[in-house]
Formats: sequence, structure tokens, C-alpha cells
Amino acid sequence: MREKTIKVEVNGQLYEREVEARRLLVHFIRDDLELTGTHVGCDTGNCGACTVLYNGDAIKSCMMLAIQADGASIDTVEGLAQDDQLHPLQQAFSETHALQCGYCTPGMLMSAKYLLDSNPSPSEWEVRKAIQGNICRCTGYVNIVEAIQKAAGND
Amino acid sequence: MPNSPRPRAFCTKLVGDFTSLVGASRADRWPREGVAWFNLAVLLNEVDYARPESVAEALELLAQHDNARALAGGQTLVNVMKQRAASPDLLVDLADLEELTPITVAADGGLELGAMATLADLIGSTEIQERRPILGEVASRIADVQVRNRGTVGGNVCSNDPTNHLPPLMVATGATMTIAGAGGTRTVAAEEFFLGVYMTAVGPGELLTKVSIPTAGGTGDGFFSVTVGNEGTGIVNVAATVNGEARVAIGCVSAVPVVVTSRPDDDSVREAVRSAGLDPPSDVHGSGAYRKHLAEVLAMRAVAHARSSG
Repeated sequence: MREKTIKVEVNGQLYEREVEARRLLVHFIRDDLELTGTHVGCDTGNCGACTVLYNGDAIKSCMMLAIQADGASIDTVEGLAQDDQLHPLQQAFSETHALQCGYCTPGMLMSAKYLLDSNPSPSEWEVRKAIQGNICRCTGYVNIVEAIQKAAGND
Repeated sequence: MPNSPRPRAFCTKLVGDFTSLVGASRADRWPREGVAWFNLAVLLNEVDYARPESVAEALELLAQHDNARALAGGQTLVNVMKQRAASPDLLVDLADLEELTPITVAADGGLELGAMATLADLIGSTEIQERRPILGEVASRIADVQVRNRGTVGGNVCSNDPTNHLPPLMVATGATMTIAGAGGTRTVAAEEFFLGVYMTAVGPGELLTKVSIPTAGGTGDGFFSVTVGNEGTGIVNVAATVNGEARVAIGCVSAVPVVVTSRPDDDSVREAVRSAGLDPPSDVHGSGAYRKHLAEVLAMRAVAHARSSG
């Protein structure tokens, strides 16, 4: 089939949309669902700006087709804050100055969430390993690592 | 999947394709109010998609369509399609073939890796940790968390990028590949499986279903690599096993892993690699001479590790 209607749960809300088979998941999230928090950086799988949680696992949404996600549950950066309450990771990024231009931040946050979901008290090395697939050109990573450790209560 | 997906003059390609992509957009995909026109860019050529529920159905689809490609984790194929290096007419998504995902222990104590087991599955497998931990250790050095969550064993070996880590590891450990086709299944030794750059023994209409790793039985394993960045693209990677004799498989120096056997002491290994007639390619990451030097050094280190872990 060249097109298909897919059902995807994003941040707890069910969406039903027709997609072309060639449509990348990241374009589906940004352009069809208009959830533009997930960024397109390199579009080659290197930078991690498009990182989302796919059935709980961190993946790069530029290297997956939307049609593959039929039936899946996806979490994007828009799902982190609850009402006006920032997620502890977002709060820690803000307090620690863990961003400058902010382009990589949605991906960094989702990779950090994936880490803390399975390892609530990571070492610095584990944090660095967990964000290896996310490139930041502003900060030099020091404050990002600090923020993730702060959110984990390890600061 | 490559160890790190690389751009390869991607920007030029993208600019070249851009006009034709937008021009090809269907009228009903032109801008909605308030949505910038460039949001409509799609990067892939049109393609059909199928999601079979059994290996038999997948084989039928692959056999019926000349330009069909099996889609495993997509960590190579999707990027290759963006670059137009491959433009399949049909993607056969293997995601629902649950029989291809388990990692199990065979009757003889060897490991059987389903082709759709992810690299993250390899890292988390207690069977692997107990029997052949090198498989998990090497998997943990491929690319990054996100890629390891999607990338599969089958995808890594079938894409056979000469810089991938798993091909030399499979050759060194003496793995056997099980390939299913219309006429049933056949097995191919890893050494005969890798045929050339991006080419393997898996033919049209066939599917790699399983990779079998023999039981360690006192064999020690080692793996050393020099990569671009901490865990990026391989410059040279070497896998070694020692069980009396050393068996070394060197990656990134030729189209397929180069096998060298020798006595397991440092001098013998160095001499064996030196006299193997390696003629590695030069590129922006290293000259051929540098790769040749690395091959000797990494082979000695991999064998030394294998000696101590047997």
C-alpha cells in the first residue's frame, strides 16, 4: 500500500491520520500533528534533535517511517510539562543553564527522560553515555550533564 | 546499519532534489493556511509498504517484487533512501515477525540470534552475558542509544557496510547465517556470507532469519577498534578469538572482513597481519598506511584480550 490510515497515541492523545508510506515519523509529528517541539536537525540520524520515545524507547524519528508507527504510543517533548508545572528535567535545564540556542533541547530532554525512566540515579558517565546520540553545539555539554544529574537528585 | 549514519554529500543531494520534490507534491498537499510551504517537503521517493505477519508471507512479497527491500530497524535503509542510493518500490517491514526477535540457547549450548533482535536486545541479554559477552560489549559500542534501540543484528550484517562492527565479529566467532527462501532454508558460514561492499549471500527473494554463534567452549574473545569519535564510524576494527590458535578478522581494510590465523603470541599475530598483504583504502579519516598500522596494533590487542578472557 502507498497510503494508509494510521492510529498513533501521542502524549496520551489518540490521533488517526492518513499518511503516505514514504512520510518520515518526524514530519508526521511536526507537520501533520503540528507538534513542532520535536526538531529536525541533521536529518541523517546523527544529531538526535528528533528524539522521541517510541513505546517507551528513545529513537530518532527521522530514521523511521510514520506508517511503521501504526498502533504505537509516542511521547514527545510537549508531553513533559503538566499544565503549568515544568517536568523536573525541564526545571533543572532552566536552573542549570543547560541550553543556549535551544535547538537540541527537546531531543536532549527525551534522551534524558529515557535514561531516568530506567536508571533514576545515573553516574556522570552513564549520563554522558545516554546523551551520546544528541549533539549540542552551544554548551559543551557540561551544564546538560549537570542538569540531568540535578533532575535525578544526584547533584 | 552503519556504526554511525553518515551524511555523504547529503546537502548537495537534498538541494538538487528539492524542486522536483515540491513540484511532485499533490495539489491537496499544498499549503494549509498558516503552514509554511517548505513543511511539505518529503524526502523519500514514493514507495509501497507491506507488513507481513509470517516469514512465508514476507518471502512471497520479496519474491514477487523485483525491487522490494526488507525493512528491519531502518537505521541504514531509511537514510540510504533519503540519499536515493536505494529507491525500492516496496518495503517489506519485518516488525511483526516475532519469530525473528528472540535470542535463545541452542541444544549444543551455542547462541541463536534472531535477525530482528535489536542491538539493545544483545546488550540486555543474560544468555549472551553468560555465554559470549563480547556480543553485548561490541553492540554497546555501535552508534548511540537511539540507534541501538532500533538497529538490528540482521540489518547490521546484511547492510555489510565495510566499517560496521558486527561483520568482523561474526567472522571471528565462526557464526553461521540461516537464510530463508522459496526453496526452504540454507546456512552459510559468516566467512562466505560477506561478499562485497553492501553485498551479502542473501539473494533476491531471500531473508536472513537467524545468526548462530558457536558455544565458547574455552574460546576467548576480543575486539578493538579505532573510530571517528568515541563510538562513531570505524577506521579499523578487529575481532579475535583464541582457542589454542588465534583467529583474527579485520574490518574497514577491504570490502569484506579479512581473516588471519596465527599462533596467539604478539609477535606471531603482528607478523601474520603484516604478511596478509593488506591494501586498505585511504579516506578523510585515515590513510591506507595508517589503517595497515592500526590493523597490526589492534589485532595484537584483540588477541591479548582474547587470551586473557578464554
